[in-house]
Amino acid sequence: MEVKNIVSPQEHQPKDYKSENNVRWCPGCGDHAVLNSLHKAMAELNIEPHETVVVSGIGCSSRLTYYMNTYGFHSIHGRAAAIATGVKVANPSLSVWVATGDGDSLAIGGNHFIQAVRRNVNINIILFNNKIYGLTKGQFSPTSARGFVSKTSPYGTVEDPFHPAELCFGARGTFFARSIDVELKNSTAAMVAAAKHKGASVVEVLQNCVIFNDGIHNSITDRAWKAERTINLKQGEKMLFGADNEKGIVLDGFNLKAVTIGQDGYTMDDVLVHDATVKDNTLHLKLALMGAENDLPVALGVIRDVEADTYDEDYAKQIETVQQKTGKKSFTEFVMSTSNIWEVK
Amino acid sequence: MANQIIVKDLNQVSIRFSGDSGDGMQLSGTLFSTLSAIFGNEIATFPDFPAEIRAPQGTLHGVSGYQVRIGSDRVYNSGDKTDVLVAMNPAALKVNVQYLRKGSIVLYDTDSFQKKDLEKALFTTDDPFNELQLHDVQAIPVAITSLTKSSLEGMEMDNKSMIRSKNMFALGIVCWLFNRPLSIADRLLEQKFAKKPLLVQANIKALTDGYNYGNNIHLTASTYQIETVEYSKGFYTDVNGNQAAAYGLMAAAEKAGLELFLGSYPITPATDILQELAKRKDLGVKALQMEDEIAGIASAIGASFAGRLAATSTSGPGLSLKSEALGLAVMTELPLVVVDVQRGGPSTGMPTKSEQGDLNQALYGRNGESPLVVMAATSPTDCFESAYWASKLAVEHMTPVILLTDGYIANGSSAWKIPDLEEYPEIKPHYVKEFEGEAQTWKPFLRDKDTLVRYWAAPGTPDYMHRVGGLEKDSATGIISSDPANHQMMVNIRRAKIDKIADCIPELEVMGDKDADTLIVGWGGTYGHLLEALEGIRKNGKKAALAHFKYISPLPKNTEEVLRKYKRIIVAEQNLGQFAEYLQGKFGNLNIRKFNRVKGQPFLVWRLIEEFTKIIEEN
Ligand SMILES: Cc1ncc(C[n+]2csc(CCOP(=O)(O)OP(=O)(O)O)c2C)c(N)n1
Ligand code: SF4
Ligand SMILES: [Mg+2]
Repeated sequence: MEVKNIVSPQEHQPKDYKSENNVRWCPGCGDHAVLNSLHKAMAELNIEPHETVVVSGIGCSSRLTYYMNTYGFHSIHGRAAAIATGVKVANPSLSVWVATGDGDSLAIGGNHFIQAVRRNVNINIILFNNKIYGLTKGQFSPTSARGFVSKTSPYGTVEDPFHPAELCFGARGTFFARSIDVELKNSTAAMVAAAKHKGASVVEVLQNCVIFNDGIHNSITDRAWKAERTINLKQGEKMLFGADNEKGIVLDGFNLKAVTIGQDGYTMDDVLVHDATVKDNTLHLKLALMGAENDLPVALGVIRDVEADTYDEDYAKQIETVQQKTGKKSFTEFVMSTSNIWEVK
Repeated sequence: MANQIIVKDLNQVSIRFSGDSGDGMQLSGTLFSTLSAIFGNEIATFPDFPAEIRAPQGTLHGVSGYQVRIGSDRVYNSGDKTDVLVAMNPAALKVNVQYLRKGSIVLYDTDSFQKKDLEKALFTTDDPFNELQLHDVQAIPVAITSLTKSSLEGMEMDNKSMIRSKNMFALGIVCWLFNRPLSIADRLLEQKFAKKPLLVQANIKALTDGYNYGNNIHLTASTYQIETVEYSKGFYTDVNGNQAAAYGLMAAAEKAGLELFLGSYPITPATDILQELAKRKDLGVKALQMEDEIAGIASAIGASFAGRLAATSTSGPGLSLKSEALGLAVMTELPLVVVDVQRGGPSTGMPTKSEQGDLNQALYGRNGESPLVVMAATSPTDCFESAYWASKLAVEHMTPVILLTDGYIANGSSAWKIPDLEEYPEIKPHYVKEFEGEAQTWKPFLRDKDTLVRYWAAPGTPDYMHRVGGLEKDSATGIISSDPANHQMMVNIRRAKIDKIADCIPELEVMGDKDADTLIVGWGGTYGHLLEALEGIRKNGKKAALAHFKYISPLPKNTEEVLRKYKRIIVAEQNLGQFAEYLQGKFGNLNIRKFNRVKGQPFLVWRLIEEFTKIIEEN
């Protein structure tokens, strides 16, 4: 990972990554918290603001770029992943981040998103999932549930949503994490892990749009039942959840099942241990798809974190290898070395 | 028969190799043009591909041709007509009848002029020449396929592979006809198939035997002796326009001290640029095949933001997809070179054919007031100069530049003197280090007072962190702004910045009779045809002048002055009048006559002469 190569003359504080621009999201919007987490994550990583680039598309969430005191590119709808690919391949020593919405990356920019993940370009994608188009004032998005009523679906949608994780794994993604907007500590940890991961990292943040989709994640995030309905996955630890960690995830045939330890004959030994680093993504996908519909808690934390070659590094290596073999050529040396050269004396 | 061969024009001859797309005609053609160039002729070529890779054998729409024009001087284009046609099958004969000059030679393969071959080409009799009313050509029947087979007998290869060398046998005959030394051809073949010695051996054998065959049947060669040209001293190679464009980008990157980045997506006839640059890892070029044209330009814009010389290559449909991102490059004022190799449109149109239909798209194909630089290359070798200048303008003026080429010059080739880069103008990117104030006072849309160019601060540069984007920005603070007065000012500035580039480009030149009444005007890839037409008209004793445009937005400073001097202006272009309307819109009150052909084929010089002369003769 490129971050550790940066020799840092000073310890950075979160405020070093804050720009002077006024933050213009609605009061109470989950985006504020995500921004704070990102400032904290960068400080923890201690990356140089001038060696950091944040690229975003269009949407409320994509405005994040303006609030960063790094290099920033607020681009056009859906294209952030492709632009970020250009930035990173052009200069692999930069720390490159993408801020994007569920519409931005899963609708108009769906192809760029999966291709960047497939190529494993070493960028960190923060996907703000509020299951709505915020900036255009409340239309359903590709992550809205079937039947969701919005301004463009007054009778409810008749289409099934994407699960971002499924797209990520379908594109052979090597890193996927999930967090809740207002849980700064967990979000920061997920972003730090994403940056440390070599390759394309996707962090899905469950974000609340107070204006057009207020409470959309409440069935998961409300304090009253969060402990029962979510599980924080930690590398190398048992998959436990519940107010007193009294529940666990076990394997039941090919499926996952939530059990209470000590009931129905289940013991602590039956509870699975989380390993985000296994190459095979079958279990990761199952974990990422857990939810109320299959009587399982929603997984938070780093679900998958697998080492693999990155596009930007391999591209640079290929150039190095060729140049070692043929020598680094100037333009004239190259043209003179082509076939069909003749001299007029 | 052979003794009757007569050739009237010894200065210039056009030869067309034609056959099935699988017959290797493109190879025969390129070899012949290269060896003629090395021999010392001027050359111009025109590959005419079918749209299908392998259309059904022997059919009319599967015919692939390669025209080479050679001459002692003034070879400005690949020629309207053909003096020598090599027809590997009846379909090739039928398709090319329109190009045959009176008295031209038709060398054809009798082995593939059998009944079933004639039927495939929709002949209804067994005498194709008669059926096509070709009474005044000199037909030379040669059993090319069987002669090739017997030539290669005993070599360790199967029948099919042997037959594949028939293009070399045919080339051998043509080499005999034009007195070309085989040694050059042998060398070229050795280079081309360096990894396949057996193939080299077979091809050289077929070539030699074809040559000897010409000798044995006494095809008179001396009639075709083409004088060599006085080339200036130096090293030469032959390039086509796509290669030259790729080279121009590479040369500019080196001169500017920048890494070259290309983001692209394959599309005919522009793919070669991506392929050429993908090979150039030895020069450190990064050429990415992205998932579509949008990602191609988006990645290039990202690379440009990151401080590289960034380019994207495409053809019409791809340019359409790039529109929104081009607007982003205009708004963020980032350098970018977009090469659009125009093809027949609209939509998928005629991918392998050439036209000039994308001018309006280049000029206006974006939302909002979105000015940028538009250039058009005039010949295969000019693609080098133009790509070099496009890059120079992009990084010195912080703007996207669209360089229009077209299928004709992209695939056509000519001899090219390898340039001495020392002699090329410097390229000085407008880096933020040129900014005179303190880093703390710098904002991304502060500009050079004279040129109005903003400064380029790439990530990695300490103290210049900033944000750009598609939203309008305050001219002073660089913060997003929808202030009415600010927007008006920014719109004006973006326009003025482009207009000011007119100070940095060459003035428009007028060729021919400066005191003529009629000015012929063209732009881009039709230059060779218009120049030859001009000469033809003047040879006929009429006065005419020609102004050919390479810079379209902005126009050269003296454009209006030049145009106003003439009583009438003929604007000739391969569209329905886009440039004519552009000029009229800019200056008004010009007496413009439009000459438009949109057939996917190059202009015909004789036709230009005829039509222009009619106009000149009007009072
Ligand atoms: C080419 C284009 N099409 C449509 C739009 C309008 N638009 C802007 S943002 C947006 C959707 C935003 O949704 P999302 O990505 O989920 O971001 P959010 O606002 O919810 O954070 C749309 C449709 C646009 N800006 N550009
Ligand atoms: S509309 Fe929704 S997503 Fe956008 S800023 Fe307001 S609360 Fe946030
Ligand atoms: Mg959204």
